[in-house]
Amino acid sequence: MLLPEPIQDLINAFSRLPGIGPKTASRLTFYLLRAQDELSLDLAEALKNIKSGTSYCQTCYNITTSGRVECEICASPERDKSLVCVVEEPLHVLALERTGSYPGVYHVLHGALSPIEGIGPEDLRIRELVERVRSGSVKELILATNPSMEGDYTAAYLHQQLLPYGVRLTRLARGLPVGGDMEYADQSTLLRALFGRQEMS
Amino acid sequence: MVTQDGTAQPDALHRQRSFRVEAVVLRHSDWGEADRLLVLYTLEMGKLRALAKGARKPRSRKAGHLEPYTRVSLQLARGRDIPIVSQAETLDPYLRLREELLLSTYASYVVELLDRFTYEEGENRSIYRLLADTLSRLCTQSSPELAVRYYEIRLLDLLGFRPQLFQCSSCGAEIQPQDQFFSAALGGVLCPQCGRDTAGALPVSMPALKYLRHFQRSSFSEAARVTLSAGINREMEALMQHYLTYLLERGLNTPAFLRRVRRIDQDEPPIAN
Ligand SMILES: [Zn+2]
Ligand SMILES: [Zn+2]
Repeated sequence: MLLPEPIQDLINAFSRLPGIGPKTASRLTFYLLRAQDELSLDLAEALKNIKSGTSYCQTCYNITTSGRVECEICASPERDKSLVCVVEEPLHVLALERTGSYPGVYHVLHGALSPIEGIGPEDLRIRELVERVRSGSVKELILATNPSMEGDYTAAYLHQQLLPYGVRLTRLARGLPVGGDMEYADQSTLLRALFGRQEMS
Repeated sequence: MVTQDGTAQPDALHRQRSFRVEAVVLRHSDWGEADRLLVLYTLEMGKLRALAKGARKPRSRKAGHLEPYTRVSLQLARGRDIPIVSQAETLDPYLRLREELLLSTYASYVVELLDRFTYEEGENRSIYRLLADTLSRLCTQSSPELAVRYYEIRLLDLLGFRPQLFQCSSCGAEIQPQDQFFSAALGGVLCPQCGRDTAGALPVSMPALKYLRHFQRSSFSEAARVTLSAGINREMEALMQHYLTYLLERGLNTPAFLRRVRRIDQDEPPIAN
């Protein structure tokens, strides 16, 4: 059966989203078709605003409401501007904010370096980070990129780039996951947990 | 949901529901909500793709074993479209490759070459061993450059692109001990007479050619006895990358990273391609 064009268009659009295959895309499309008009209209409005209503914070490059120069975190007088946590994605800022105990500010790279995929420093907000460090107000950078090959590579690259500026560079500790089991830990994690062990006080 | 390019799966996949392989993880990409699609080079089946379900969840038991440039033992179960990882255990984490920027970049180069030159076409144990040995040499040898130059020349051999280094690729004359030319299109060295008349031929110095010949005929332990000067290494690297890029008909991603990383490391001027 040939589907009417508007239906096929929406299925195609959904299919381009990460984690959504043709089956899920069809299911969502037919769900919207049967649901109250209000749902589609709200969704359409939200989609329209997602780009026009947001912009990047000019300090940390996190997503913020359009019209603002700085995001709420950077603008807050409560936050320690000399402590900067470097993350790959805006979602990682949310994750760290949920801990409720990080006093500093952030820098969002919008990705990680990947030599094989050809994702280089110019594709990320690395120049902006170097600029921020060069300007002199940063005392410590916490490199909180993912504990993956790309995240480690990015941290090593930033380390090399930023070392000359005399800023303190730290990397999030890596070790055994809470609720995990030693038996299943890989050698990299175990070795790092061993080297990063802490005094019991 | 999985879109396949229609390549035939190895026979063993059809016979057994579950099988064990030894592999090096070449690449990974995000798949679905929390899964990872892996590109592996296996000892038993050559290049192979596999799905690691839930590998992006922090509590995944498998994730740490499945990072790129790790040598692993895997239990794979036949999936609907591609095999699914049911168990993973690290054989060698090559830890230095994830902690040192220059070594990590060399490892990326080694893996990119292998990934670009191979297809899902079945077992090639020599290629697997060369890959695993080279990653291990990067972690243990004092000169990563030497390990990589040796890898390039041996890989070309195993892929069937062994360059002709002993006779002129145009007139067949035996190569004399003097500076020569190299033609990617003809797949080897050219004597000075032929080289001057061949479009696109690169000059190659006698010392660089001597090392290339030596590597082509020697075991790694014999090759590792030489000391490569920075200048000769750069000349060999430029020549090999020229030839490899010609064979691939497309540029490689990793050499730009190598130039960048070395520039900061040693204040080297950028190397022209
Ligand atoms: Zn901000
Ligand atoms: Zn000739």
